[in-house]
Amino acid sequence: MSLSSRHLLGLKDVPKEDIQLILDTATTFREVLERPIKKVPTLQGKTVVNLFYESSTRTRISFELAEKRLSADSINFAVSGSSVSKGETLKDTVKNIEAMKVDMIVVRHACAGVPLMLTKITDSNIINAGDGIHEHPTQGLLDMYSIRERLGKIEGLKVCIVGDVAHSRVALSNIYGLKTMGAKVSVCGPSTMIPKFIDELGVDVIYNIDEAIQENDVLNVLRIQLERKAREYFPSIREYSQYFGIDKERLEKNGKDILILHPGPINRGVEISSDVADGNSQIILQQVTNGVAIRMAVLYLLGTLN
Amino acid sequence: MNIVLKNVNVLNPHQKVNEKNVSILIEDGKFKNIGELTPSEIKDSKVFELDGKYVVPGFFDMHVHLREPGREDEETVITGCNSAANGGFTGIACMPNTDPAIDSAEVVTLIKKQSAKHLVDVYPIGAATLGRKGEVISPMAELKDAGVVGFSDDGVAIKTASILKRSLEYAKMFDLPIIEHCEDESLAGGAMNESINSTLLGLPPIPSVAEDLIVMRDILMAEYTDAKIHIAHISSKKSVEMVRDAKKKGIKVTAEVAPHHFTLTDDAVKTYDPNVKMNPPLRTKADVDEIIKGLKDGTIDCIASDHAPHSIEEKEMEFEYAPNGIIGLETQIGLAFTELYHKKVLTLEQMIEKLSINPRKVLNLPVPEIKEGETANLTILDVDAVWTVDKKKFKSKSSNTPFDKRLLTGKAIGVINKEQIFIDGSFSKI
Repeated sequence: MSLSSRHLLGLKDVPKEDIQLILDTATTFREVLERPIKKVPTLQGKTVVNLFYESSTRTRISFELAEKRLSADSINFAVSGSSVSKGETLKDTVKNIEAMKVDMIVVRHACAGVPLMLTKITDSNIINAGDGIHEHPTQGLLDMYSIRERLGKIEGLKVCIVGDVAHSRVALSNIYGLKTMGAKVSVCGPSTMIPKFIDELGVDVIYNIDEAIQENDVLNVLRIQLERKAREYFPSIREYSQYFGIDKERLEKNGKDILILHPGPINRGVEISSDVADGNSQIILQQVTNGVAIRMAVLYLLGTLN
Repeated sequence: MNIVLKNVNVLNPHQKVNEKNVSILIEDGKFKNIGELTPSEIKDSKVFELDGKYVVPGFFDMHVHLREPGREDEETVITGCNSAANGGFTGIACMPNTDPAIDSAEVVTLIKKQSAKHLVDVYPIGAATLGRKGEVISPMAELKDAGVVGFSDDGVAIKTASILKRSLEYAKMFDLPIIEHCEDESLAGGAMNESINSTLLGLPPIPSVAEDLIVMRDILMAEYTDAKIHIAHISSKKSVEMVRDAKKKGIKVTAEVAPHHFTLTDDAVKTYDPNVKMNPPLRTKADVDEIIKGLKDGTIDCIASDHAPHSIEEKEMEFEYAPNGIIGLETQIGLAFTELYHKKVLTLEQMIEKLSINPRKVLNLPVPEIKEGETANLTILDVDAVWTVDKKKFKSKSSNTPFDKRLLTGKAIGVINKEQIFIDGSFSKI
């Protein structure tokens, strides 16, 4: 079994068999992560560049760790202190990196479409680690992995993505992946944070969080990006947390056992309260562990494709 | 040198001339004889066997960005004029968003001077406000005397309703139009049209209502002041509908459309190619359909390229970082004939009206006539020429076009103006 594409740019149009293969491969690597010696020689001799044009802690560390666990040589390229600050274009930077004979590039960029752009200027395998407000496929994959781990399946489940859908790269990857795997997907958030034409993707739009809890098996609660422009899209943090925040009281009121995911980092007390975040059977931290396994799976499957 | 254009069809709806299979003798840049030429007239002339091609009043592009002064690395007055001639135009109007802006007689004079000897007539559009900042109206009287033919803050709309009102009132004294880039500032700043595609592509959206709001404001203000407003590069369905209604009421509004807005939809953005990034952005099929309807029923008066040269390195950037705009002078005629004439949206007469006659009328310029004694200002048109766009052959200094390698039908094969001819890729004095 192998993947049908040599890049992972997003989950749009990724066939079910590919997603299945990545999730199954991740299960194997998840087991490796529990061993005392958490390293396999699978990608020995391969070089992976983590090209991060946007600050990121967990995604970058997760990829770096995945690369090291697979025995790849990994190099971090972050914006500060690099040639970018000297005004070098993206194309020149990538061409230079390629000239150093690398095999794979993991890219994070504030602009949508950059991973696709890279496939046109380099022969390396490209993995999208988040492009603008477009996609973040490994996050979508690890969310699906976590759901499957907990609930045993994805098909037939009802999953609601809650929060700032319009400015989220996680939302779209979740929608594509979950729908491909047969889940029913809805979105819930303030109307200013729901893209105008999202229903054309075949997702339901809910504006009431209690309704979202009642009608779904899983909530994937997005981070409200307080540092970004998103802040202008709702009146106050207080109002947001009152009307869309998930806390223990709201869950108890609805009297329903529901799986809650969060891609992190958490704004405690905004989109999710501490008691829910910490009391949620540790799933949010498990997502982080699963993230390493998923990234190992993607790196392995792409790195051994040729 | 005498020139003979042999066996042509002369078509000029403005003078209601439609003559088939005649020959034209041009002497010292003027029409000497149109009809059957004597052997001696032909013998002493340089003869172009044109075999049924059309001779029409020289095409005019009323929306061109020359980058001089300021960004001569992208386009100069001369390279822009060369590009215009190669695209089939004998006249262009250039927009004032240069650096410095065209808001003083000195800049107008510079552009006029650079283009003085060129085949292509260049008519600068003056800034409506000083520095295009929307705070103080520009010295319109002085600009008019220096040679501008309209006023615009193109790139942005005139900032406030009060300055717009003053601009319209003041420009009315000279009977010159205010040309508006219609976009509400508070809704601007995105990278593509708001649609399902902006959601799918994760690109920050610009809603079409950003255009519609300013079109509505401008129409109301034109009605209130009884002055002329011209809507540049109209792109949304609603805006076309509003212009149509305003015209019915007798409001002095005219409109132009750029070829990319009737040729492409925002589906083209799926490639993330910065060469499909422009402002206003490519919109949806419903918008394109309404534009086609508006061209057909006369709501949209003119076709204009919005020729916007950018350097290669700027257009190779990330989509969101890349500047807006594409060049259009050398693809406009081919696209317009392919999409409008050959698809039977417009007749040949209507094509010439929108590409030659109406733009001049909007700017109060005389329309060239094809008759004995007049100065020859004409385009030679092969409506059936099938050709492939090759950006390497452009005369423009820039090459930012999404239409490279596109197969088109219809081409201007030469132009004559100011005692010069441009044909087969080169200029010569006649």
